[in-house]
Amino acid sequence: MRELKVTIKTATGLHARPASVLVNAVSKFKSKITVEKEGQETNLKSLLGLLSLGVSQNDKIIIKAEGKDEDQVIEALISCAKTHNLW
Amino acid sequence: MYKGVPASSGIAIGKAFLLTKKHYIIEKREIVNPVAEQERFFQAIKKAKAHVKKMIISSRDDHQDETAEILKAHQTILEDPELINTVSSQIEQEKVNAEFALETTLNFYINLLAQTDNDYMRERVADLKDVGNHILLFLLGEKPFTSTMIKDECIIISTELTPSDTAQLPLDKVLGLITDLGGPTSHTAIIARSMELPAVVGLGNITKAVKNDDLLIIDGEHGEVFLNPDPETIQKYRLKQEEQLRERNSLIRLKDSPAQTKDGRRINLLANIGEPWELTKALEYGAEGIGLFRTEYLFMNQDTLPSEEEQYQAYKEVLHKMEGKSVVIRTLDIGGDKKLPYLPLEYEMNPFLGCRAIRLCLKEKDLFRTQLRALYRASVDGDLKIMFPMISSLEEYRTARSLAEEVKAELIKEGHNIREDVPFGIMVEIPSTAIISDLFAQEVDFFSIGTNDLIQYTLAVDRMNEQISYLYDPFHPAILRLIKMIIDNAHQQGIPVSMCGEMAGDPYFIPLLIGLGLDTLSMSPASLLKVKNILGRLEPEEMKILTQKVLTLSTSEEIKDYLAISAQLNMDNKTL
Repeated sequence: MRELKVTIKTATGLHARPASVLVNAVSKFKSKITVEKEGQETNLKSLLGLLSLGVSQNDKIIIKAEGKDEDQVIEALISCAKTHNLW
Repeated sequence: MYKGVPASSGIAIGKAFLLTKKHYIIEKREIVNPVAEQERFFQAIKKAKAHVKKMIISSRDDHQDETAEILKAHQTILEDPELINTVSSQIEQEKVNAEFALETTLNFYINLLAQTDNDYMRERVADLKDVGNHILLFLLGEKPFTSTMIKDECIIISTELTPSDTAQLPLDKVLGLITDLGGPTSHTAIIARSMELPAVVGLGNITKAVKNDDLLIIDGEHGEVFLNPDPETIQKYRLKQEEQLRERNSLIRLKDSPAQTKDGRRINLLANIGEPWELTKALEYGAEGIGLFRTEYLFMNQDTLPSEEEQYQAYKEVLHKMEGKSVVIRTLDIGGDKKLPYLPLEYEMNPFLGCRAIRLCLKEKDLFRTQLRALYRASVDGDLKIMFPMISSLEEYRTARSLAEEVKAELIKEGHNIREDVPFGIMVEIPSTAIISDLFAQEVDFFSIGTNDLIQYTLAVDRMNEQISYLYDPFHPAILRLIKMIIDNAHQQGIPVSMCGEMAGDPYFIPLLIGLGLDTLSMSPASLLKVKNILGRLEPEEMKILTQKVLTLSTSEEIKDYLAISAQLNMDNKTL
């Protein structure tokens, strides 16, 4: 399992466009991918799930990926975050 | 007569086709076989997905790119694992029917999203409802609205048209659109304009008053709708409609002919665009290039700054579609009356004299650099020119220009393929710049005269202030002198000068502007053919006399009268 602990930088948090960008970046992978905020956890492949988590600027989140392609998932997430200045 | 919001001009006369949305009352039922019920839900999702996929293809075929984008968001929702899991586990655990479980889950998310005061999220609520309705229809064994339901020519009337509705409209049969809800920028209005269908929106409760096959007249320009009109009214509007059609047909024939005056002097007619759909119109009406591409739309209506990649794709697309024709892209012109939700600007007493356009870009350098990077990267995809708005001094231009040079060097170092000699120009819209346009002409590659702001700043008139709007006067002799000065200075240095404000598309001014020596006019796509038609009737000798005469007049009243008389003479010549 791979884990990513990050603090959200983008001003509007993970709403709207940043949220869908993130979901689209991971939806094609086989691994189970979750995102956790303050003990609440949801499926990162679900836009509705991510939106309902309500991640704002400066929130700390933990993303976990588990499966055969977990390394690629983390790689994709890092490059997506860099392009869109997410964390 | 019903009065609503004019959304798309033109006249339509035809029978009503009510596109009603049934409100289903969802009952909670206990079920015995949850597995079969889950399967029923999965089947409905599958059908809804296939349906959306079909709509995406048909909307692309009709060049409804915006609709296709929204439908793609629908696809994401239909594939959302949380949505599917929540519904199916509720069916299993509570032994309830799929309709009820779906409704509960959707309401949960709708309430959650509706709580935010964020436009983007509210749009997602509309998407969720639209998608939910689709799945529901398939669950109930009913069919969502499809184009085959419309057999004859008709006017579509509905509470509100969603993207999945408009994607289905058979263009050969729909004459016009009217809706209860919506404003000038609602989805219905935007789609109607891009399809050139007469439309009136925001009519209140008109769906309650109209029955299928009632006769309707839509006057899109005035926002009026007549229900079962008397024969006289019908006759009146038929004549009006025929006249508009005649005018349109005679104009559309001009599409591919060159824009020139009677003696064969070539004039470049370019289009101003500010939304993606206007590009389609520009091409359709034979624009010879884009004289002003406003980039604000990329920055507005969203929650974050557009990334370099997003901007690059948008610029590239326009350059690509213009197939090597000149495209002038203006860097961000925000501030004043336009604000961005994610970029807090300080409160200003005089926002129009404040930190807007290039001033803001030079303050928020990262934002500006990102845009310049995206522009340079797109420079190899067509004939790109970059234009700075609101330049008021040479220092300002030089600062902006050297930032562009830095960005260029950076991109080359990173190994990007870019065009190194992209021309840079300025909007001449501040009096100080107009007055020293001789100096600017030695440094910049082109001028574009922005009349809207030039008038506002020269005459010290806030054009949003209704109390003094009568002072906002394009006929003021000071304005005409400034325009002449700018054109002369540009010509002296041999650089191109164009005009991209409202004046450039105004039939009154065309003879005068040509007489003053302008050879490039940029206007909203809808004005292109009208202006081309006027140009073809212009006699160079008459224009010269007219221009000389106008420059001697001392009040705007005299100028207005003189231009009106000569325009009238022109019209008479046409009918003779």
